[in-house]
Amino acid sequence: MIGFVQDLGWMAVRFVDHLGKLAVFAAQIGRALLTPPPRVRPFIEEIFNLGVLSLVIICVSGLAVGMVLGLQGYNTLVRFGAEQSLGAVVGLSLIRELGPVLTALLATGRAGSATAAEIGTMVATEQLDGLRMMSVNPIHLVVTPKAVAMVCVMPLLSALFIVCGLGGGYFVGVKLMGLDGGTYVSSLQNAVDFHDDVVGSLLKALVFGVLVGLIATYRGYTSAPTSAGVSSATTSTVVVGSVSILIFDYFITALWGV
Amino acid sequence: MAEGSTDTDAPVVFDAVDMAFGERRVLRGLSCSFPRGRISVILGGSGSGKTTVLRLVGGLVRPQGGRIIVAGQEIGGLPESQMYAVRSKLGMMFQGGALLDSLTIFDNLAFPLREHTRLREAEIADEVHKQLAAVGLTDVDALLPGQLSGGMIKRAALARAIITKPEILLCDEPFSGLDPISVKRIEALLRRINRQLGITMLVSSHHIPSTMRMADQVVLLLGNTAVVGAPAELQQSRDATIRNFLNEEVDESLEAAAELATERQSGTWSHP
Repeated sequence: MIGFVQDLGWMAVRFVDHLGKLAVFAAQIGRALLTPPPRVRPFIEEIFNLGVLSLVIICVSGLAVGMVLGLQGYNTLVRFGAEQSLGAVVGLSLIRELGPVLTALLATGRAGSATAAEIGTMVATEQLDGLRMMSVNPIHLVVTPKAVAMVCVMPLLSALFIVCGLGGGYFVGVKLMGLDGGTYVSSLQNAVDFHDDVVGSLLKALVFGVLVGLIATYRGYTSAPTSAGVSSATTSTVVVGSVSILIFDYFITALWGV
Repeated sequence: MAEGSTDTDAPVVFDAVDMAFGERRVLRGLSCSFPRGRISVILGGSGSGKTTVLRLVGGLVRPQGGRIIVAGQEIGGLPESQMYAVRSKLGMMFQGGALLDSLTIFDNLAFPLREHTRLREAEIADEVHKQLAAVGLTDVDALLPGQLSGGMIKRAALARAIITKPEILLCDEPFSGLDPISVKRIEALLRRINRQLGITMLVSSHHIPSTMRMADQVVLLLGNTAVVGAPAELQQSRDATIRNFLNEEVDESLEAAAELATERQSGTWSHP
């Protein structure tokens, strides 16, 4: 029993320790962001790596989720004779919840893990120490462009996911189930509020971008300089990132009403 | 031959430096200095703290006790932001090269010049090709580090380390994993660079023949202490442990070094 309490205590201490280090790391990124020269080229490369290379997975996933929502929504709504509201159901589900959350989870699995693995490998092969010895701050050159790129691409990927999802829902509802196209679109238009739903959704995605960017770069940067360390950093990025997204999603929804 | 002697005018001075990684104590009260413009080789068995000495000089790890003076500045308590100014006087050749694997060899060498100088691209290209030629590498501009052999990576890393003309060059295990021809080539390169540029060199190595040929000073790490002297002095030492080590009687010397370390820690050992 005492051993269990001790383990619990150590876990709590380690958690607080990591939280403190993460805060310091975030502050270092913030300071690096304001320190010249701006790292434009690495930033653009990261936008490509994290954003453009994620387009296919985001589009396909968005389409599939929209189609499932369309099918499930139609089958449920038709029982109550409310199938005209399919556009509203698909739209609100995607915009308020599924779009930002699923995009963030997908980005964590694809881009977040890749980021942690890349930085972790640089740690293991002494490339970051090599930069330090050349008087170049690795947080400025390597970490900050990756973290900021993640923050920038997340709302865009989320928006793309939502658009694809709406298209998928439209395809199932209108083309397969025979719902009127105008009804689907007008239901969507009437139900969705730009400020509350769309802007809120993008802000949610922005917060998730900060979370994933920070966790992925922190895990990579602090990984042990071994292959096992890189592997552990990659795994923990996906696990910690995904759980954090779901927890933060609840609090954002509860506090902001998005 | 001396233990713990320091020359305060030297570009790198260790004064009673303690270093441990967790429970494992690597350096205990290490005091020595590395003379200007000379090649000092830090010799010792695996895990004796050779690389740690170089990483301490570069400020990549911080000592638990004592003072380290690099280029006239005490760096022990220096914040990371101020370490960058000190590191501008240093060059480091890492054991694995530490070349940026996403950049070509040309870009790897051009990188420090682009970061820290206002040279035009044409001037940078000239300088890069000059350094590549100096280390005997040609037609490697467009290759990635992963496409080079171990010896070529070491030479490219050496070229990158000296391209900014540092005052102090740190070379971590430059001979490890190389065939005898490559070892001699790197050794000759280091001697030539030292002669031509007058750079103070700190080389960590466990390659004894090369050490004896190239070193002006040897810092032999045995257990937790250092024995400092010229190669010839150490070879004539009355201490069997030192002689055995330098004669590459590996098993006995390591065993003896371990015993020696235990004796020193318990205070029963006295210097010959």
